[in-house]
Amino acid sequence: MILSKILKNTFLVILLSMVVSACATKKTATNLESQIQGDVYTGTDTVEYLAKGVPDRVFFATNETILTTMSRDTLRKQAAWLRENPSVNVVLEGHADERGTREYNLALGERRANAAKDYLMTYGVSADRISVISYGKERPVDSGSNPLSWSKNRRSVTVKAN
Amino acid sequence: MKKFKLILNIILILFISISKSYSLIEVDITRGNLNPLPIAVSPLFQDNNSNTFFEKELEIKDVGSEISKVIENNLKQSGLFNPLSKDAFLQKPDIAHLKPRFEDWALIKSQALITGKVTAVNEKLKVEFRLWDVLAGREMLALAFTTVPSNWRRVGHIITDKVYQRLTGEKGYFDTRIIYVSEEGPKTQRIKKLAIMDQDGFNTKYLTLGNELVLTPRFNPTNQMVTYLSYFKNLPRVYLLDIETGIQEVVGDFPGMTFAPRFSPDGKKIIMSFAKDGNSDIYTMDIENRIVERITNHPSIDTSPSYSPDGKFITFNSDRSGYQQIYVMKSDGSNVKRISFGKGLYGTPVWSPRGDLIAFTKLHKGKFYIGVMRVDGKGERLLTENYYQEAPSWAPNGRVLIFYRETKSNDKGEGFSAKLWSIDLTGYNEKMVNTETDASDPSWSSLLSN
Repeated sequence: MILSKILKNTFLVILLSMVVSACATKKTATNLESQIQGDVYTGTDTVEYLAKGVPDRVFFATNETILTTMSRDTLRKQAAWLRENPSVNVVLEGHADERGTREYNLALGERRANAAKDYLMTYGVSADRISVISYGKERPVDSGSNPLSWSKNRRSVTVKAN
Repeated sequence: MKKFKLILNIILILFISISKSYSLIEVDITRGNLNPLPIAVSPLFQDNNSNTFFEKELEIKDVGSEISKVIENNLKQSGLFNPLSKDAFLQKPDIAHLKPRFEDWALIKSQALITGKVTAVNEKLKVEFRLWDVLAGREMLALAFTTVPSNWRRVGHIITDKVYQRLTGEKGYFDTRIIYVSEEGPKTQRIKKLAIMDQDGFNTKYLTLGNELVLTPRFNPTNQMVTYLSYFKNLPRVYLLDIETGIQEVVGDFPGMTFAPRFSPDGKKIIMSFAKDGNSDIYTMDIENRIVERITNHPSIDTSPSYSPDGKFITFNSDRSGYQQIYVMKSDGSNVKRISFGKGLYGTPVWSPRGDLIAFTKLHKGKFYIGVMRVDGKGERLLTENYYQEAPSWAPNGRVLIFYRETKSNDKGEGFSAKLWSIDLTGYNEKMVNTETDASDPSWSSLLSN
C-alpha cells in the first residue's frame, strides 16, 4: 500500500514537472491558451502543495463560483488527504481578481471558498474542520493587470490551520 | 484630538445679508460651468500685534494671507470660480475691507470680491470677512468668527461655504473631511490604514496602524462615528469607531463575515451585508439597542446597501438576475425592484443626499464608469470612464462625487497606483484629490459646522 502510494505520488510529481517544463519550453504565443481554459487558470505557476500530489488551490472563471472538472479533482485529492490526516484543520481562503467592485468581490470570494468547502464536505470532510475566509480582491498572488494574472487570482486556497 | 472637536465656538458677531434678489451675480451650478466666475480674494488684513501673536502661537506670521489662500484654493477647485492673481490687485487689503474702490476691482475683471481682517483677541483668532458684488458696488455678505487659532484653516473653509452658498444658492461642502483607506506597498501585500483629512487634502491623520487589513470606512452623517471593515484577528467584521475617542468595537455578533457597512441617514443604524455559507444578505443593527434585523433573504449576493436620505428606501447591489445589478426596496425589505437595465454590470449604488439620484459604478466591455441615474433607474448618465474606478461618495450638498481610481500594472505589477478623484455631477471638473499616500474607498463627511 505505502509503496504504491509513494510510487503514485512520485508519478504525479514527475507528471507535474513534465507539465511545468512543457509550459516553460513554449512560453510564447500559446502561453495564454495553455494556461487558461474556458477562462479558468489551469497552470501550476502559483500552486503549492498540501502534501505530495495534493494541490492547495482551485481556480474559477470570471464572476463564477462553479467548480471545474480539474477543481473537483483537486478537491477530491484534498478530501482524501484530509481524511488520512484527521488532526488537520483547514482554512479556505476565497479570492477574486481586481476587475470588480470591492464589496461584491468580498461576497464572491466567500462564495468561492464555500463552493470548495461544500465539495470537501461531500467527500467526507467534517464541516467543523473547515473554516472559510474571503479576501475579495485584497490579496492577489499575481500583481499583473492581464487576463493570465487575473485568472491566477480567482481562486480558493486551502491552508492548514494548525 | 483638538482638531476633531466638532464645535468650533463660532460667534456670529454681525450678519448683514442683503436679500438675494438684489444681487447681480449668480453662479449656476446645475450646468457644467465653462465660464467660472472671476473673483478676487484679497489677503485678509492683519495688524502688527496680531502678527507677533500668531507667529508665536502657530508659527505662521500672516494667518490672514494664509486663510485667503485656503479660500482661493477651495473656490478654484470647485470649478465654478476663477480666483484672480493677487499681483493684479490695486487696492490694499485693509482699505479694501473698509470700502472697496469698485472701479479698481472691475478694472481687473473681477465680478466678486472677498475682503477681510484678522486680529488676535484674548488669545483667540477673530476673523471678519465681507463679500462684495463689484459690478453692483454693493456688499453681499458680512460675517465674523472667533475661534482658537489652530482652527484657522477651518475658518477658511467656513468662509468658502458662506461665499459659495451666497453666490450659488446651495450649501457648500468645504468645511468637511474625507475618510479613506491609505495604501502602501506591493499589490500582493498591500498595507492599508484608515486615514482622515480635510476636504482639501490637509491635516491628514492615520487612525489605524496598518497591522490589519481595513476597508470601506463610512462617516455617520450626524456625528463623528465611522463604520468600516477590519480583518482584526483575521476575522473580517464591521466595526464602529469613534474618531474623537479612538474607541472601536465590533458591530453585532455574527458568526461570519460582515461587510459593506453604511449608516442610516439618522445615524442610528448600521446597514451591512452578512455572508454565511456562500450567501450574502443585508442586515441592519440598531446602534443603541443592538437589535439586528434581516432585510433581504435571497440565495444571491446582496451587498453595498445605501439608504435614501428620508430613510424609507434602500438601494443595493445584487446578482439575483445572474449578474451584478442595482435594486431599490423599501427599508423593511419589501417591494424589491431592479432599476439598472443598461448594458454591463452595475455596483456600489449610493443614494444622493438630495434624494433624487443614485450614483454607481458600471463595468462594461472592460471599462469602469462612475455614473448617476434617477431613483427609478431612468436617465442614466455616465460621468467618467477609466481603466478602473469605483465607489463614489457624495459631497454633502449632492453636487460633487469623490471616488477612487486604479491604474493598470505591467506584468511585474509595476505602475500600479490608487488615487482619489472627484468630479462634478455635471461631469465637469474631474480632478485628482491629493493624498500623502495611495488611497481608496473615500467617504465624504457632512458639513462639520451647520
